[in-house]
Amino acid sequence: MELVCPAGNLPSLKAAVDNGANAVYLGFRDDTNARHFAGLNFDLAKMQQGIRYAHEHQVKVFLAINTYPQPQGWPRWQAAVDQAANLEVDALIIADVGVLDYATEHYPDLPRHLSVQGSATNYQAIHFYYQHFGIRRVVLPRVLSLSQVKHLILHSPVAIEVFGFGSLCVMVEGRCLLSSYVTGDSPNTFGACSPAKAVEWRETPHGLETRLGGVLIDRRGAGETAGYPTLCKGRFQVGSHTYYAMEEPTSLNTLEILPQLQAAGITAIKIEGRQRSPAYVAQVTRIWRAALDALQTNPTAFRPAAAWLAELEQISEGTQTTLGAYHRPWQ
Amino acid sequence: MHTYPKLAVGPVLYYWSRETLLAFYEEMADSPADIIYLGETVCAKRKLLRTADWLVLAKELASTGKEIVLSSLALLEADSELQTLRRLCENGDFLVEANDMAAVDLLSGQPFIAGLGINIYNHRTLNYLAKLGLRRWILPVELSRETLASLHTQRPTEVETEVLVYGRLPLAYSARCFTARAHNLPKDDCQYRCLDYPDGLTLFSQDQQPFLTLNGIQTQSAYYYNLLSVIPELTRLSIDVLRISPDSRHTKLVIETFYQSLRNHTKIEVEIKNLQRLSPLGSCNGYWFGQTGMTFLKS
Repeated sequence: MELVCPAGNLPSLKAAVDNGANAVYLGFRDDTNARHFAGLNFDLAKMQQGIRYAHEHQVKVFLAINTYPQPQGWPRWQAAVDQAANLEVDALIIADVGVLDYATEHYPDLPRHLSVQGSATNYQAIHFYYQHFGIRRVVLPRVLSLSQVKHLILHSPVAIEVFGFGSLCVMVEGRCLLSSYVTGDSPNTFGACSPAKAVEWRETPHGLETRLGGVLIDRRGAGETAGYPTLCKGRFQVGSHTYYAMEEPTSLNTLEILPQLQAAGITAIKIEGRQRSPAYVAQVTRIWRAALDALQTNPTAFRPAAAWLAELEQISEGTQTTLGAYHRPWQ
Repeated sequence: MHTYPKLAVGPVLYYWSRETLLAFYEEMADSPADIIYLGETVCAKRKLLRTADWLVLAKELASTGKEIVLSSLALLEADSELQTLRRLCENGDFLVEANDMAAVDLLSGQPFIAGLGINIYNHRTLNYLAKLGLRRWILPVELSRETLASLHTQRPTEVETEVLVYGRLPLAYSARCFTARAHNLPKDDCQYRCLDYPDGLTLFSQDQQPFLTLNGIQTQSAYYYNLLSVIPELTRLSIDVLRISPDSRHTKLVIETFYQSLRNHTKIEVEIKNLQRLSPLGSCNGYWFGQTGMTFLKS
């Protein structure tokens, strides 16, 4: 299985390449990609440098143009595709039908992957994108159980990439509007969920409050660590209970089911985290490289090393991990 | 002769008993709505009406002169769900509303409708789907009047535009069932708890602000989206269809209110206040103005 690692900037790209990524994915410095954060991503010159560095080390480069343009912004997405075509990237990662159509018509030879933001959760939807836009690969939303993934692969006309580690979207990607409901900006329209500009931290007599767009997402007592207020990972009140009504602060980690993912026929494992530091990217890439190599050497005896799991937990959201939807009882 | 936008009743998003659903549609048959969307769009486990039952209901309602559309599931994961979808798409009598690209794939080559589960954000997407048979699209709820105006005025001639004008906003879908989670139950043993919440289960922030509505695997706004105040604008734009998303209590009254307000703009101010009384947790319309979805602006 190919290891696909995040590159939010040039140092992260180098960290991923140096620690054993088979491919890196990145984006331009604007709302054409789903990690549109201040100070992140690549201008043209840096991107050329990054692509050169990756290719010198036989590492592929995928460019994400995976948000949904509206009429007033369309020229920016079109320009992003045009620029990408001159950059010798190995594939574009696209979500929107219009952008896919443009890329297919103008650059038929430039490989296209369907982004997780394209929200294809079944083989019939994948068939649509394959038939119309010749996509070569799909990144699956984090909503399927392991047995559903296996079944999907049996019927999918294209290669399948899944998320292996990192921030966990609880909602099906590409169709979650919670962020724009609260902040005005969503992954689809702006390329960010729960954007930092909408975040407030407030020390109160009730504890440290974290708010997003003015809405109280969580309140932490003494001794509790306050995490970033991602809005689906807050504590809310339903009936008479106050709890993590949607999900706890936690990261996805699939190391435990790596042999099953390989047996199912997964082509690539994606590591989330373009917004994370180069040190994080280096650490996660190194562990996952070691895991994939161990799996390669002896698939039947594979067990994730305790040290890997401990290290990954340390750098996870809420310092805990989950198998998410892969594990049916989670659902 | 002046033509008004048609009024549509969206699919029922909650899980109601068979009797409640049938009584509801009897009421709808008697309402000024022109179009009725029928079917389960949220959770495949909700089977008090099965596909065959929905088709029977569709035929009955069609005989009252309403246009009937069969709505389909938004989040498709299991093979059994794809099989149900295929049956709907091959029904032969009624238009189908796609809420996932799987449905668009199956419906390509015949006329179809794109519902709120389909992301149509730009002209190129709209034009592409029109070539495949799209006859009506609905504006994704997070998009503004500017985007609507651009897409609507330059749409392919054979395509109608629909806008959600009333009801809780569908905001997200998940593999996880949040209603079951609220009862400490796994999805596979949910005990159909959604039946206890005919208008969903309200989620509040810790300082008691009504925030979201849990509806099984779907998350909705707690506030009601309400575009009654922009009826003059919707009329000026000649939007073809206005959708009212049902709740268990006041849907017919809401439809009548929109029907009257379309024909007499002078009463809109009064009617806004009346509708607000029907949604005591609050109203919102920010998306329409290109702002945060949960805000409510006076136009």
